[in-house]
Amino acid sequence: MEDFACLLEALVYTRSRNEKLRLIAEYLRGTPDPDRGWALGALTNGLNFKAVKSSTVRNLMQDRVDPVLWKLSRDFVGDTAETVSLLWPEPIGDVAPPPSVSEAVETLAKMTRATAPVDLPKLLDRLDPSGRYALIKLATGGMRIGVSSRLAKVAFAQAFDVSVDDVEEYWHALEPPYAELFAWAADGADPPDTKNVPLFRPFMLAHPLEELRVDLKDYAAEWKWDGIRVQLVHVAGETRVYSRSGDDISATFPELVGALDRPAVLDGELLVRGDAQGGAEGGAASFNALQQRLGRKTVSKKMLAESPAFVRLYDVLSWDGEDQRALEWQRRRGQLESAVPKLPGNHFDLSQLVEARDFEHLAEIREGTRDAAIEGLMLKRRDSLYVPGRKTGLWYKWKRDPLLIDCVLMYAQRGSGKRSSFYSDYTFGCWDGDPDAGAELLPVGKAYSGFTDAELKKLDRLVRQTTLNRFGPVREVERTLVFEVAFDSVHTSKRHKSGLAMRFPRIHRIRWDKPVHEADRIGTLRKMIRD
Amino acid sequence: MAAPFSWIKPEPHGIYIPPADCWVDPSRAVSKALVTHGHADHARGGHGKTVATPETLAIMELRYNTRDGVRSVAYGETVRLDGGVDATFVPAGHVLGSAQILLEHAGERVVITGDYKRRPDPTCPPFEVIPCDIFITEATFGLPLFTHPPIADEMAKLLARLEAHPNRCVLVGAYALGKAQRVIAELRAAGHTQPIYLHGAMEKMCRLYQEHGVDLGELRMVMDHEKDDIRGHIVVCPPSALNDRWSRRLPDPITAMASGWMRVRQRARQRNVELPLVISDHADWHELTRTIEEVDPHETWITHGREEALLRWHQLHQRRARALAMIGREDEDE
Repeated sequence: MEDFACLLEALVYTRSRNEKLRLIAEYLRGTPDPDRGWALGALTNGLNFKAVKSSTVRNLMQDRVDPVLWKLSRDFVGDTAETVSLLWPEPIGDVAPPPSVSEAVETLAKMTRATAPVDLPKLLDRLDPSGRYALIKLATGGMRIGVSSRLAKVAFAQAFDVSVDDVEEYWHALEPPYAELFAWAADGADPPDTKNVPLFRPFMLAHPLEELRVDLKDYAAEWKWDGIRVQLVHVAGETRVYSRSGDDISATFPELVGALDRPAVLDGELLVRGDAQGGAEGGAASFNALQQRLGRKTVSKKMLAESPAFVRLYDVLSWDGEDQRALEWQRRRGQLESAVPKLPGNHFDLSQLVEARDFEHLAEIREGTRDAAIEGLMLKRRDSLYVPGRKTGLWYKWKRDPLLIDCVLMYAQRGSGKRSSFYSDYTFGCWDGDPDAGAELLPVGKAYSGFTDAELKKLDRLVRQTTLNRFGPVREVERTLVFEVAFDSVHTSKRHKSGLAMRFPRIHRIRWDKPVHEADRIGTLRKMIRD
Repeated sequence: MAAPFSWIKPEPHGIYIPPADCWVDPSRAVSKALVTHGHADHARGGHGKTVATPETLAIMELRYNTRDGVRSVAYGETVRLDGGVDATFVPAGHVLGSAQILLEHAGERVVITGDYKRRPDPTCPPFEVIPCDIFITEATFGLPLFTHPPIADEMAKLLARLEAHPNRCVLVGAYALGKAQRVIAELRAAGHTQPIYLHGAMEKMCRLYQEHGVDLGELRMVMDHEKDDIRGHIVVCPPSALNDRWSRRLPDPITAMASGWMRVRQRARQRNVELPLVISDHADWHELTRTIEEVDPHETWITHGREEALLRWHQLHQRRARALAMIGREDEDE
């Protein structure tokens, strides 16, 4: 555990990506199995201990620290694991030496809700503050040390000089401590056998187009739909639905599992049908309708009937057992067009290409679209192979311009992690009538991105100087500042007093210059509802 | 007879003593001020009269050009103010010249600590416990998570990193008054005899410390030297220069910061610090609470810092306390 704690400590304080890769690779090479496999699982958020959650750890502190002092400390630090590691009382008397990573993992895995409050403290007692931090991070996930799971996989590939694409490919067939993966990469054993496993293939992703212009002779244009990107895999009689991050979401969409019954790997956008949320008859309903179905472990018959899911197909990665990824997009598209008629039409259709004379014409078409289910355009190089991740020059996304509205800052909350001392999460509102005739502000959304570090410092200062009230980590501020807020769409919602909910709001500009009574009214926002 | 302690009034801009028409550490210019120490949130220029230790007055002369109307008071010395108020200056162990001020009037005793710490510091005499009725304390590190480690551990960390990278340098961000000189003096105590390089803003204050008998060893200015001279050496700069263009002239610096806040990982990350050194010139939680127990006042007043937690501690220990909500007091090494 000390080596793993040292690794985390070094990663926390390292800025350079290359240095992070070097540190992780060095650890993976120098640490025995299965410790390194568990560590890799922790770095990629792949460990899950049923009986040990953030709340378990919080509850332990209740018996050890005054609740008020705990709350003040947690609020100051902005991270539960770190707060516990710093506040944990040093044990009295002799304790056993620190556990190895594997011993810690085995002990954590055996814990139940009843035993965790007794067994977890015993582990914590055996560690110093940095070991306690590492243990809690390992047990509860959410490292927040500036290492993505992608970075950890790249480090693994570098450590053993294997291809990161291969690592991604095998990844989802394996589980921590990844014994087969280390045997293959470190000891030269055969690669993991994945032939009859419904494996997730890493998605091909796109860069934003921004100011770039492309020639439509080289690039095909296609609508970008506002659903969730999914991959359907069928092999050896089993079908899985994977989300963009590779999570298995088959249970949430049982109708799709039943709809694919031949060997294939398909890439598309999951949408729901229905007119309840404004989708035209038989067409796609808005993201808001889809959202009602996300994150459910079981699905009611009523829901299946009212909002059935279907997949609008973009690409084919494998068909009848043949891998298509090494073919050019143009040929895969041909394969896809001939495959779609063989699939049940109520659950699959084809994402149509957008025909345009030239780029300017395409820009006009993009401007002119009003369909709520369209998020923008995709531009795909006609000769692009299906490669994982974002490769420059192959695929571009060209989103519709965001909607904009002027709102007034009302509340601010301290951020977490890197922003733990800064008031970085902002709740803002619009007027419910004429502000010069006594109208009030109603909160319409919350944003915590879209500003620079320098702007954050300035905002933080403003919040501290104009605080009216404190509610724990939240401060109510004087109404002095206007944000121009960008968002993708707005929907009716019962959750908020304003009756509206924005999708992906972010700060577009800070209008230091604009008087608050010139901010927008709720009615203006309501008119922007597209569904 | 006046109500008890009616002769001492906490105001947002400082502590006022009506019978003496005098302020302690006022944050704006007044006709007469007692000053605990030279940090900018306690000392400022423009007072009609300034009463402080000779070291603090020297610092104020350097920083604010304070020359006129000064009254120098040595540690242990008592001055009689107007209205029959006696003020005695007692070491606070915070920085060179730092003092607590004991005020006595009509048989009542009030101690104003200014900022203080309880750890040994080679640059100033240690804090002394003075019994009193009202103890007016700071609470910069007033949360139970703050335990400052032994400074020798932090010095060992710094020297080990320096040794591991002979072609780089370690750039230590440290507050220009107090922290910088303490770090240098502790490095000397740890046996580090190499020259230490300074940012230009450090020069005068280090010289002032040396003139007051603090041994800082050989100091060199970064601006007088080439990149290659500095390889394998320690450089000390104000925290604001850590990520500044200025540091480009250094050989691949490892960024370190000496501050009590470095105990919290994310604080160190926010400042892009690679080597956090938990070194503070303030009392940590255990020292704050121990000090209050030792002084054992009737009532504690808290000037600034994490006052909510320290108030809670008083409540849990059935002690009387109130927060003063002073304006303009900064956490100076942030």
